[in-house]
Amino acid sequence: MDMSQYLEVFIDESKEHLQAINEQLLELEKAPENMEIVNEIFRSAHTLKGMSATMGFEDLANLTHQMENVLDGIRNHKISVTSEILDVVFQAVDHLEAMIMSIAAGGDGKRDVKEVVEQLKRIEQGEVPASLAEQSSNTSSVPLAQTYGEFEHNVLQQAKEQGFSVYEIRVKLRADCLLKSARVYMIFEALNEAGEVIKSTPPVEMLEEEQFDQEFLLAVVTKQSAEQLYERLMKVSEVEEVDVVPLDMDKQKETGVAQAAHEAALEQQAATVQEKREKTPEKNTVVKQTAAANKTIRVNIERLDILMNLFEELVIDRGRLEQIARELNHPELNETVERMSRISSDLQTIILNMRMVPVETVFNRFPRMVRQLARELGKKVNLEIIGAETELDRTVIDEIGDPLVHLLRNAIDHGIETPDVRRASGKPEEGTVKLKAYHSGNHVFIEIEDDGAGIRREKVLQKALDRGIISQQGIANLTDKQVYELIFAPGFSTADHISDISGRGVGLDVVKSTIESLGGTVTVDSEEGKGSIFSIQLPLTLSIISVLLVEIQQEKYAIPLSSIIETAIIKKEDILHAYNQQVIDFRGKVVPLVFLKDIFEVPAAAEEEEAISVVIVRKGEKMAGLVVDSFIGQQEVVLKSLGNYLTSVFAISGATILGDGQVALIIDCNALIK
Amino acid sequence: MTVMQGTEWKVIAFRLKDEEYALPVQYVRSIEKIQHITRVPRTAHYVKGVINLRGVVTPIIDLRERFGFPSVPYSEQTRIIIVSIEDMEVGLIVDAANDVLDIPASSVEPPPEAIGAVEVDYIHGVAKVGRRLLILLNLEKVLEK
Repeated sequence: MDMSQYLEVFIDESKEHLQAINEQLLELEKAPENMEIVNEIFRSAHTLKGMSATMGFEDLANLTHQMENVLDGIRNHKISVTSEILDVVFQAVDHLEAMIMSIAAGGDGKRDVKEVVEQLKRIEQGEVPASLAEQSSNTSSVPLAQTYGEFEHNVLQQAKEQGFSVYEIRVKLRADCLLKSARVYMIFEALNEAGEVIKSTPPVEMLEEEQFDQEFLLAVVTKQSAEQLYERLMKVSEVEEVDVVPLDMDKQKETGVAQAAHEAALEQQAATVQEKREKTPEKNTVVKQTAAANKTIRVNIERLDILMNLFEELVIDRGRLEQIARELNHPELNETVERMSRISSDLQTIILNMRMVPVETVFNRFPRMVRQLARELGKKVNLEIIGAETELDRTVIDEIGDPLVHLLRNAIDHGIETPDVRRASGKPEEGTVKLKAYHSGNHVFIEIEDDGAGIRREKVLQKALDRGIISQQGIANLTDKQVYELIFAPGFSTADHISDISGRGVGLDVVKSTIESLGGTVTVDSEEGKGSIFSIQLPLTLSIISVLLVEIQQEKYAIPLSSIIETAIIKKEDILHAYNQQVIDFRGKVVPLVFLKDIFEVPAAAEEEEAISVVIVRKGEKMAGLVVDSFIGQQEVVLKSLGNYLTSVFAISGATILGDGQVALIIDCNALIK
Repeated sequence: MTVMQGTEWKVIAFRLKDEEYALPVQYVRSIEKIQHITRVPRTAHYVKGVINLRGVVTPIIDLRERFGFPSVPYSEQTRIIIVSIEDMEVGLIVDAANDVLDIPASSVEPPPEAIGAVEVDYIHGVAKVGRRLLILLNLEKVLEK
């Protein structure tokens, strides 16, 4: 069967599961006794194994299987969790990740994992030599009636005693069902939400490989009623019939033919039943969360862009319709147009929101990175993440990852001290790095705060002098903040020695320029001996910006509000001349004038006026006054590129479409300020 | 039924000055009437500006100016042929877009030394269809800067 259309889903989901495993493993390291976490990891690993087997990626499935065995050992208290064991498991996860990446890149997902498998096996055997024998599985064809082995019987009996009901469920798929294994998976998922599948006939492996006709039998332990189960299953598409029958244990015992069922799997289930008994409230919330998270679909961002483009066209036509309706003044038409306007503004909000993604997608890879870094550097670091649910436009999300990685590495490498130094200075051995995201106004703030050594003013100044970034005279009047800003200068690095982690020549200047290219800013504050805080301010979205529309002769241009200080009307006689340039005195500062009419070679209808309209813009500390003919007003516009044919047009950063359907160009003020 | 296996090319024929030109149909996205063009300052003289093509800002080239022909005022006949090549989408202003036709690959000859006024660089070949002479444009070259 052609699986290619499911490949993308498989890759995405695998990545999610690996991410979940990564996160949970980190949690496990902090709380090695918490079996809830092991179960979570186990669940992810198990799903991953099932999916990769279905998709035919054997290596992936095998490695996951081996990992599962170790996890199983941990769960059954045969193996105790240590950092060393987790290192191996992390290594295995790395391999899995590499395989997924290879598959995503069009490869076959094959990889030499002998070493890790060996290590995993050794861990497994070193502590639990006996468990291997239990893994032989029975795949011979079974008649379509469930029989229960001694062990299974005990499990079921136990479950019953604990107030669970046991049902035997017969599921029949539609004859034209295309993706039987996927349906099986969905059915199992549905049942696992309600309870636990104890047994299936034919066995799970065969079901996953679609080695069955249309029907299969399941035994389920649950607290839900038969009706509830029935409803759950009928919700799965392409299911034709579902029969839920309570299982009569005593009768079963008589007919029970002891069958060599795969005990390893059963042990898991026994353990899960055990766990069900100790059901904790946390467990419930976890399950609910995953269920909620699953209710999403993936859409290519390009499609959203197209949707947005088309929607804007609709808005323009709406404007025209409103105009016509006003002119005709027909009550029914008016009413319809009004309704349409309301609906379309709701639509607009929805479309814009669709592009928003929680920063979590970037943040969730950091805990793992921090752990590894800390281990490499022999430091103890606790990463606190706050506000991971803060939403940002997808385009910003894609760009923000690298700068954040850089700043985090920086905080751990240069900020946090080694444990002995920390102890000596009376701090807890474990350093804390806080990664915090929050909304404020039209911006998102991301802060990286560490309680490390902070920035040493003297050291920074010395380095800056050495590198010729600043002159001896310039030093005297600098505030602390200005000194700290120096670390963003190109060619600056305060690391005493070049470590593997930072100091590769790529400095904070790159971070700064990346963030600025996103329309954001980055600042730093620090207190020596207490720590530093880097804060990044980002626009909520890159695609919508506030602009001031201006007119130059017949042409309309947009100037981003973010670079405007203010607008002014200046009398002709107030224009001064200095250095061959026309300047104005703006609140005590000399500001050069830039005549856009000349810069943009606007076809002019010569018409001299007494006063000129000036937009004062800034780039860093520098300012310029852009001379225009008139101001139209402030507006929120959708930023668009000029396409790939017109690249790097002087002083134009993009375009937007105005309410009348015409294109207006957006002025890049940075290019106009020398 | 037409067999389209390299033996026949489907092209869009259009008029420029008093000659007929053609572009393979697979490059052509749509044909638009002339509409408001926003001038983009400090670009090549033949770049007329950008238009709003159903929400996408699309640059427009005047083919007459590209080839150094004298420009004429736009008329009811003037068309913008939206072409897309690799990841670029560009509109070409032509005097009129005539029709879609199939030309046998065998009828295409390499460009002669001197043909009309267009530099040989821009020409892929010349096709004779009945009594019509079609100049096949080399789009990559035309869009080169």
